[in-house]
Amino acid sequence: MSNIPEDLHYTKEHEWISGIDDGLILTVGVTAYAAEALGDVVYVQVPEVGSTVATGDAVGEVESTKSVSDIFAPVGGEIVETNEAVVDDPSLVNSDPYGDGWLFRIRLDGDADDLLSPEEYTALTSGES
Amino acid sequence: MSRPTPLRGVHEALGATLTDFAGWLMPLRYGSESAEHNAVRQAAGLFDLSHMGEIFVTGPQAGAALDYALVGYISALDPGRARYTMIVDADGHVLDDLIVYRLAGEEFMVVANASNYPRVAAELTERAKDFDAVVDDRSERYALIAVQGPRSRDILAGLTEADLDALKYYAGLPATVAGIEALIARTGYTGEDGFELFVAADDAEPLWAALTKAGEPYGILPAGLSARDTLRLEAGMPLYGNELSAELTPFDAGLGRVVRFDKPGDFVGRAALEPLKDVPPTRRLVGLVATGRRVPRHGYPVVSGDGTVVGEVTSGAPSQSLGRPIAMAYVDGDLSTGLAVDIRGSREPVEVVELPFYRRKK
Repeated sequence: MSNIPEDLHYTKEHEWISGIDDGLILTVGVTAYAAEALGDVVYVQVPEVGSTVATGDAVGEVESTKSVSDIFAPVGGEIVETNEAVVDDPSLVNSDPYGDGWLFRIRLDGDADDLLSPEEYTALTSGES
Repeated sequence: MSRPTPLRGVHEALGATLTDFAGWLMPLRYGSESAEHNAVRQAAGLFDLSHMGEIFVTGPQAGAALDYALVGYISALDPGRARYTMIVDADGHVLDDLIVYRLAGEEFMVVANASNYPRVAAELTERAKDFDAVVDDRSERYALIAVQGPRSRDILAGLTEADLDALKYYAGLPATVAGIEALIARTGYTGEDGFELFVAADDAEPLWAALTKAGEPYGILPAGLSARDTLRLEAGMPLYGNELSAELTPFDAGLGRVVRFDKPGDFVGRAALEPLKDVPPTRRLVGLVATGRRVPRHGYPVVSGDGTVVGEVTSGAPSQSLGRPIAMAYVDGDLSTGLAVDIRGSREPVEVVELPFYRRKK
């Protein structure tokens, strides 16, 4: 099934988070599983740089031919960077969800709770498919 | 549980994403739906439409029975020709939109939507009971495979002796395709030239395989419901459940031309529809093109400059051909400027355009 890298954390909303272990600035994107379920992504809305968000806030959206999904903040903090390349070319979410298809970076404020390990995310997605 | 079509194994082998549609397990897409859409516009696409209903009406009064049961003038069709028509209830509300093929003088095939054909078959049976005609729902026995796109003629020509160039748009003829008995119809739901092949359910797999092989040099791709929906939307074609419903008459949908008051005799819905034919509708179906990149979708409100709700989106999708999101919507009166669609709380400006959004080059 979908590829689920071992070095990332995940959420129930099918986002991935990198950088948990080595710093305060985390990168967020959607998983390959989510990208496959969405189909061709045609529009990505990212949060505003400088905005402060709380865990679970809807901070953007990913829209495909058939559906639209909210992007939620997996942790609380300040948005420090967004991926303009994915805004210009939303198909990067499909072609490279864990790489060039990243969505935004956030400076962690507080704890990163309730994130899923690769094993837990694998279990979640195998239950849904 | 959704019902599989005779081609389920083929779809699974191709790695299709399957989805429930009107109680059927159908391919949503095989790979990229944009690639499938573009293949149909530029080369050809192969569709499994076996969920559609095929209802046969035969007998000396089959034509007269259909004239009574449907809004179209079916008995005036020449054998071998087809017509887009509708079945309405006594109040003139649309129960389904249909294509009727006159296969022979006393034999007609009514093709109905997957979600509606059991109801259509029951209505036809009831409405034909005083005519010398037999209604037989053969949907279970038939598979339907469509080849659509500018290269579909060349692909099919390699598999059949039938004279495809003599087969006009909205016509059909019985023929052998790759050794399989089929009814070849030059019809479709994509805005492109193309064919729909009605075959026995057991013949669906070998026919699919033959078309795949013959189409390979032309760039044929299997195409799912997602591409089918964006193709028909670009072509401005209505979808039952979106642009058409049992709350609307054909006039409400801007399709009053399908109601043939000039045919002889009564028909179901005539009394209700006749007074409506010269009444300007309060709403009209329009095309919308978004100026931004967010997509107006089914059910989203259309608003005027001051935020008043003046309509509702019936279908919307990103358009490959236009490079912008498009939609169809019912809008009050003759409003055509200063409109926006409320997309999850924010007003996104839209332009009203003539339908269809896309017209193929002849």
